[in-house]
Amino acid sequence: MLIKKPDLIRPSEITPQSAYLNRRQFMQGLAGTAAFAASASALALPVPQFDKGLPVYTGPDWLQQQLRAGVSNKALSTDEKIAPYQHAIRHNNFYEFGTGKGDPAKNAQDFITDPWSVQVSGEVNRPGTIGLEDLIKPHQLEERIVRLRCVEAWSMVLPFVGVSLATLLKQFEPTSKAKYVEFTTLNDPKQMPGQRSVFSSLDWPYVEALRMDEAMHPLAFMAVGMYGNALPPQNGAPLRLVLPWKYGFKWVKSIVGIRFTENMPATTWNKMAAQEYGFFANVNPAVSHPRWSQATERRLPSSLFRPNIIDTQPFNGYGDEVAHLYSDMDLKKWF
Amino acid sequence: MVLKQLKNHPALRLLEWWLLFLAALLPLAWISWQAWSFALGADPAKEITDYLGQWALYLLWGSLAITPLRQALGWTRLQRFRRMIGLYALFYATAHLLAFGTFIIGWRWDLLQTALTERTYIIVGALALLLLIPLGITSTKGWQRRLKKRWTQLHQLVYPISLLVLLHVVWLIRDSYFDAFLYGSLLGWMLGYRVWRRLQRRLRRSASLSS
Repeated sequence: MLIKKPDLIRPSEITPQSAYLNRRQFMQGLAGTAAFAASASALALPVPQFDKGLPVYTGPDWLQQQLRAGVSNKALSTDEKIAPYQHAIRHNNFYEFGTGKGDPAKNAQDFITDPWSVQVSGEVNRPGTIGLEDLIKPHQLEERIVRLRCVEAWSMVLPFVGVSLATLLKQFEPTSKAKYVEFTTLNDPKQMPGQRSVFSSLDWPYVEALRMDEAMHPLAFMAVGMYGNALPPQNGAPLRLVLPWKYGFKWVKSIVGIRFTENMPATTWNKMAAQEYGFFANVNPAVSHPRWSQATERRLPSSLFRPNIIDTQPFNGYGDEVAHLYSDMDLKKWF
Repeated sequence: MVLKQLKNHPALRLLEWWLLFLAALLPLAWISWQAWSFALGADPAKEITDYLGQWALYLLWGSLAITPLRQALGWTRLQRFRRMIGLYALFYATAHLLAFGTFIIGWRWDLLQTALTERTYIIVGALALLLLIPLGITSTKGWQRRLKKRWTQLHQLVYPISLLVLLHVVWLIRDSYFDAFLYGSLLGWMLGYRVWRRLQRRLRRSASLSS
């Protein structure tokens, strides 16, 4: 059914005017994407400056060169305040390196991310293993400042650098049978202490997936950097998803596998607790997790005595862009 | 003989009491210092709340360990600190709740209400703290005399309280079962020991009756 009866439209789906105006900006942004090459030199990313004593992640030379030639995508960026660098690199959920927020920063520093390759398989015309440099080199890198909303009801604003996911996936030529795309994190218990833990209830490797139309949406993004530099290992180096309208656990880190499938793949958190973690995991203040109300979130960093509590927006505030992907779905059922 | 006199010297006993009293305040001092010097990272609110809750659990478990340690290993010296340790458990549990209310939800009553009606782990945690309060109030010698046999019965509430606390921890788990395993097996051992003692006593009594 393409046309909805008015009584089927929930009040939450009706677009507020402010958001409607934003959509215009968004469409202009898409037009801007095409004009990147022309304006690249004017918008090139500056060499990042960090406080002394903080670790800096420059990445391999080819990546550093490409980062410096990157441009800022203002149209797909929020103008909210970016989280301080030292918090972004030390507050991580990356259970392969431990379940504490500080564990990945402690345990991932020797993680080898160069050389790196990705295996592409499934319903594609061009399957095979591709080196990271070959995968990224052909593309202009862009910076997007996005909201990361964790299912644990905290959020951060982060500047990622990367490539639109659609651009990246199209080069493998998915066939008409490709309805879903699955992303897999490296499985290497030698390097990843969390994968050795006998107390973990997750199945390794970590797998999350998207429907093809979600993956091809302009907001879906594959990051290779953040804060103008390479991705730190604790933040999912060298390759991670950025899906601003979905909870953070969908943003697969340290990706080694991309598989196109006809059927909905089984995903890590959904397999562990289907009633807690849906396949879609779109940010939705109306659907609570058993442990966290999703109606509000704590934007980090926050003052101790005046916690920065804000109302969570449907689709994390990206509803105007993505809500149409789910227009025929009951979002309470398909959470 | 001299050593025994020395060990029971009132000055030494007083010193022991004060040392423990101050030592139990160290976790609070430590986390306050860490917060003060911005050493708790991006989310100090959660760090502080978790830390205070953890110490409430350690101390509650500690108070439950004293009886088995005395009976099984003969560590009688610990006995007189049981009340202080129990009261500190209540102290840290209260601080844990205050930290949650202040740092996590900023005393927004709508958030408190959904927390107390919808989040099962918070409901059992709050219930545990609520039940701990009368135990704290009646922990004095005066109340002990007044309540007589009832006092022991009342203070046996600590067993269901400890189970509620364990449930609070288990329901908080996202991935790793390590904490639940550790605290659960310690509690299982401490409560199991009491059940076992009681059964033994009952068996002995029935044996002496039949002979």
